[in-house]
This record gives sequence, structure tokens and C-alpha cells, in this order.
Amino acid sequence: MFELLGSDLLYKFLRGPMCWVAFILFFVGSIYKIIRYTKELSQEKVVFVYVKPQYALKSYFHWFLPFGTRNWRLHPYMNLFTFLFHISLIFVPIFLSAHNLLIYESWGISWWTIPDKLADIATIIVIISCIFFLGRRIFIKEVSYVTYLSDYFILAIVFFTFLTGFLAYHQVYTYKIFLNLHILFGEIMLISIPFTRLFHIWSFFFTRGYIASEFGYVRKVKDW
Amino acid sequence: MAEATQFNIVDPGIEEGLEKLTEERKNEVLSKFVATLKKGRFDVYVNTCIHCGLCSDACHWYQSFKDPIYSPVGKVKQTIWEILRRDGKVDKDFIRRAAEIAFTECNLCKRCSMYCPFGIDIGYMMNMVRRLCHLLGVVPLYIQDTCNSHAVTMNQMWVKEDEWIDTVFWQEDEGQAEIKNFYIPFDKEGADVMFSVIGPEPKFKPQLIQEVATLMYIAGIDFTFPSFDGWDNSDMAMYVGDFETCERIKRAHFEAAMKLKVKRIVMCECGHAFRSVYDVGNRCLGWKAHPIPVIHAIQLYYELLKSGRLKVVKKIKEPVTLHDPCNVVRGRGLGKYARYIMEQICENFIEMTPNNEHNFCCAAGGGVINCGPIWRGKRVAGNSVKADQIKRTGAKIVVTPCHNCHSGIADIIETYKLGVKNVFLVELLLQVVEIPDELKVEY
Ligand code: SF4
Ligand code: SF4
Repeated sequence: MFELLGSDLLYKFLRGPMCWVAFILFFVGSIYKIIRYTKELSQEKVVFVYVKPQYALKSYFHWFLPFGTRNWRLHPYMNLFTFLFHISLIFVPIFLSAHNLLIYESWGISWWTIPDKLADIATIIVIISCIFFLGRRIFIKEVSYVTYLSDYFILAIVFFTFLTGFLAYHQVYTYKIFLNLHILFGEIMLISIPFTRLFHIWSFFFTRGYIASEFGYVRKVKDW
Repeated sequence: MAEATQFNIVDPGIEEGLEKLTEERKNEVLSKFVATLKKGRFDVYVNTCIHCGLCSDACHWYQSFKDPIYSPVGKVKQTIWEILRRDGKVDKDFIRRAAEIAFTECNLCKRCSMYCPFGIDIGYMMNMVRRLCHLLGVVPLYIQDTCNSHAVTMNQMWVKEDEWIDTVFWQEDEGQAEIKNFYIPFDKEGADVMFSVIGPEPKFKPQLIQEVATLMYIAGIDFTFPSFDGWDNSDMAMYVGDFETCERIKRAHFEAAMKLKVKRIVMCECGHAFRSVYDVGNRCLGWKAHPIPVIHAIQLYYELLKSGRLKVVKKIKEPVTLHDPCNVVRGRGLGKYARYIMEQICENFIEMTPNNEHNFCCAAGGGVINCGPIWRGKRVAGNSVKADQIKRTGAKIVVTPCHNCHSGIADIIETYKLGVKNVFLVELLLQVVEIPDELKVEY
């Protein structure tokens, strides 16, 4: 088992065909769902006519800003962890120099990278945030009441992707096993985005934008 | 599985509905409902909610009981998620509890949408659970009765046309004791304002008709009331999920204004009616906006004070606080207008915290108070947070410019022995505005 996990064969598979599958499923799945929802929502005649970008943008701004909304101020720790977690989650995979190198090797293109030290800190932040979120799910009653197995599953995907990435980078124990696991979890994460509630990375913009428009345009109040 | 509450309330309407509900009907309605859940807004909401529980503190029910079954997402879990998980194969006990949650544990106040990072509209989802219950015929007795009244008489309280006309004449008579030549014009074509009230005004609080008409008379407004169907702007059908009836009554209301060729509709101090006309009714009818401008009494009072058509000659001395009704403040941003009025007429105005669009609901709105007296104890227990809010202000008067808020807060004041009184804005205004000498009755 260990042999297989650390094998070059698996590495080649994960970096080759599996990587393609993951990216294609991620993109095609996401686009398909976005198109499907757009269609269904335009059939619900009372949705898009009320969506106004000026209100949506204002609301995004406040919800993205740390302590920018009343609820964030009421939950400062949650806000801080959510904020750092999401920033790291987006920036590390895209701007990590090792990832960039892989892309450069494959297609000859590359872009900005962040220093490895910073990436390291951001990775630790993601790992700690996951533990914080897990703690909330277990110990806070209003969260545990609505927690399902799938919530742990989603959290675990992110947690293990970053943990194995961290271990692989620091070449702990058998480097190859962690590297392979890291790629595997990363691919599972990508595939999960369109098919699980990780879809919220896209739908946020719709749901927030819609309610912001309802509040700003029809109700004439702010929604933060 | 849905959890039972500590309240064991048996609603005859729900029970009778369940008894009559056949297996075929149940399956037919539920399978259609599941199909709705799997597309559009519902599907987006279900697949976006990250189960973070951040909406919990937004809800006064949760704040009062500190039990997660009352949190906004907790209510979705017990109803929508469960229906999806069981693919619509739910039993009658489930439906009983779903009806209880949707009708009596959520005021559709939409405060949670402002607290959920995704802006998930749980009020909308609960209203659709009510729609499901309506289609199943499982609805609390009292609110169903008001809905039946809407369907039959086009008003909420089984008021017959002659009773309505008679009540207005009676109030005109009463008003003449105070104001010279006072009269309430019916059906005046081309008037500036059509004033519409809710059915319960002629039924239970007719003096409010006199008071607001007096105010408009003093201010010299060209106003009228319709004598025919459409005078009632209220709408319990919307809260029952009976959107077909909702459409009929909203059409009648707008048509009354069109028939009278008035310039705009001014609505009495009621929140749900305003929501129904301003936010829901036009969309139900397939109109993006209203065929004629619609404003709330708060806006009218604001205009009259601001323009000087009403002059304030003295101020209320006792400490006063304001309860922001969800449907006109979170629902239409009237908080700033209400505050202007308060500053003008009160010496000592104290804010509740939180306030304005962040204010807590009264727990009576959203049709919950209309579910009848058997639910009263639970409704009041579910809003201890409002009692605390009022107590903290130290005010002696609470202004509640909405009918449901007014009744709900009266119940809270009585139960928690707050020792304050609650009033409509018009009652305070009439105490402080100048009545020109030429309008005073000489004895
Ligand atoms: S009562 Fe208001 S805050 Fe509570 S769940 Fe319903 S809409 Fe949300
Ligand atoms: S705050 Fe929003 S995302 Fe979080 S549990 Fe409540 S409804 Fe779901």
C-alpha cells in the first residue's frame, strides 16, 4: 500500500490524466451548473429583473472586508479565521512557486509567485482554521445541530490537501507519499467544487448579489 | 428528524387538515414540491448554505430560547433539508411539525438574510413551506379563517360593505365633535391621496380611521377612502402561501385607486399590508413596479412635518422609544423618516439597541399573531429579547407604527410586566400638532 502511494507510477497518473480529469470536471461542472442555474432563475421571473450591480458590489465589499458587517463584528474570531482561511485558500495554490514551476514545465507559462515563507505561513493558517471550524462544528450547539457528515467531508478535503502539501514541502517522512496524497486531495477538492456545497465559491456572488439588490433597490436599506 | 418543542399546542385547523389529507393528495403535492426544491433559487440556497450557523443570532426566536431548533438554519434543516433527504416521503407528524415551524416559529422578518454571509433568504423558504402546507390543507385555524374572509369578502375580517361605510360615517361623526366641518370623503375622484386601511381597523380600532383622517384634514390634504372592495390593503393570503387569493385582493386594491384616479395610495400604519402592496402584490400580479405610487403613513407624516403643513406646538415629555417594524424599516428603509418624526415630536427619544434595519422583529408579524390566541404564550416566550430591549431603554412609551407590532408588543408589555404603554404614531402626533383656530369646535 505504502509502496503504491509513494510510487512514481501513481505520481505520473495523478500529474497526467487525473490532473486533466480534475480540471475538466472542475471547469465544465462549474460552468454547467452556472448556466443551469441562470436558466432556471430567469424562469423565476422575479429574480434577475431586480438584480442591480451597484448594490451587489457594495455588499460584496462589506462582506469581504474584515469586520465590515454587523454580524462579522458580532463574531470576530469566526470572521478573522474565515477571512484568513479564504485568502490563503485562494492565493497559495495559484501563486505558490512550486505550482508555478509545474505549469511552466507543462506549458511554458508562469506568473507572479509568493515567497515560500509566506506560503508556509498561509498554509499553517489554513490548517489552524480547519481545526477552528471543526471545533465550531463539535462544540457550538447551533453549528453542531446543522452539521452533517458531508460537512466533515468537505472540511477534511481542504484540511488534508494543505496538511499533505505542508508535509511534502518540508520533506517530512516519505516525501513522495505526501506529495502524491497532496495532489490526490487537491484534485478531489477541485472535482468537489461543482458537485458539493463547495459550490458556494461561485454561488456566493449570486446569492449575496441578489439579496443585496433586493435590499438596496426594493427595500432601500443596506444588507450588512 | 424534526425536534418537538416544549409547547404542546394543538391547533384545530392543522389537526382537521391532517385528518382530511389523503395519501394520494399528500404524495401528489409533495412530489411537486420536491421538484421545486431541486431547481432555481431553492437549489441554489440548499447548495450554498455552508451550515455555519452564523444566522442563528439574527433570529429573536433563537436569541430567546437559545435552542438551535429555533435558529433560522435549524428551521430549514427540520423542513426543507428533511423533505429533500426523504425525497418527499414524509408522514403526517412531520407535516404537523413543519406547519408549526413555518407558521408559528418564523415571522418571515428576513433579519437572518442580513446576517447570513450568503444572504440566504430563509424567510422566503419558510413562506414556501407555508405554501406547501396550504396546498396540503394543513393551516392553523385562525389565519386560514382570515384568508377565507379575504377570498369571500375581499377584506380580512368578514366586514360587509355597509358595515365599512357605516363605520367610517360613525368615525366622521365622532370627529365632528372635535373638528369643525370635519368629514371623510368617500370615492372622491381625482383626489391626491387614496387612504387605505387594514380590515381589523373598522373591526377593532375604528378610532384610528378618525385619527388619521383628522390629521389629513388639519393638514389640508385632498384625500379619499374607497367605499367599495379594495379599501382593505391587508393580506393574510400572502402569509398562508395562498398566492392566488393574494393576487385577487392586491388587484382589487390597486384597481380601487385606478378607478378613483387618485395620485397615490397612502397606507395606514401597518407593516404586513405595506409589504404585501409594496413588495409582494405587484410581483404576484406580474408587474415589476406599482401602477401608482404607494407610500406608508410614516412617509406621509414625515412630509407633512417637513413641509410645515403640520405644525408641532408642544413635545411629548415622557421618554419615548421606537420599535422599527420589519416590513417598513428593513422592508422599505423608513427608519430615517420615523426618526425625523420622533425628533420633532419628542423631547426625550431613546433608541433601542440594535435598531433601524437591525431591529428585532416583534414576533407577531409574518402572520404569527394571526395564528390565534392558542399560540400567544409561545409567541411571547419566543421574544424575551424584545422585552429586554424595551426594558433597557427605560422609556415609558413605545411607538409601534404597525398593527401587528402594536398588538404583539402589547402582549409582550403585559406578559413581562414592562409597565410601558405602546401607541401608534398618529396618536402621538395628534397630541402635539396645532389645530388651527378656525377648525376648533366652539362649545
Ligand atoms: S423569524 Fe426572521 S430571523 Fe427568524 S428565521 Fe424567520 S425570517 Fe429569519
Ligand atoms: S448563515 Fe447562511 S450559510 Fe450559514 S448556516 Fe445560516 S443560512 Fe446557512
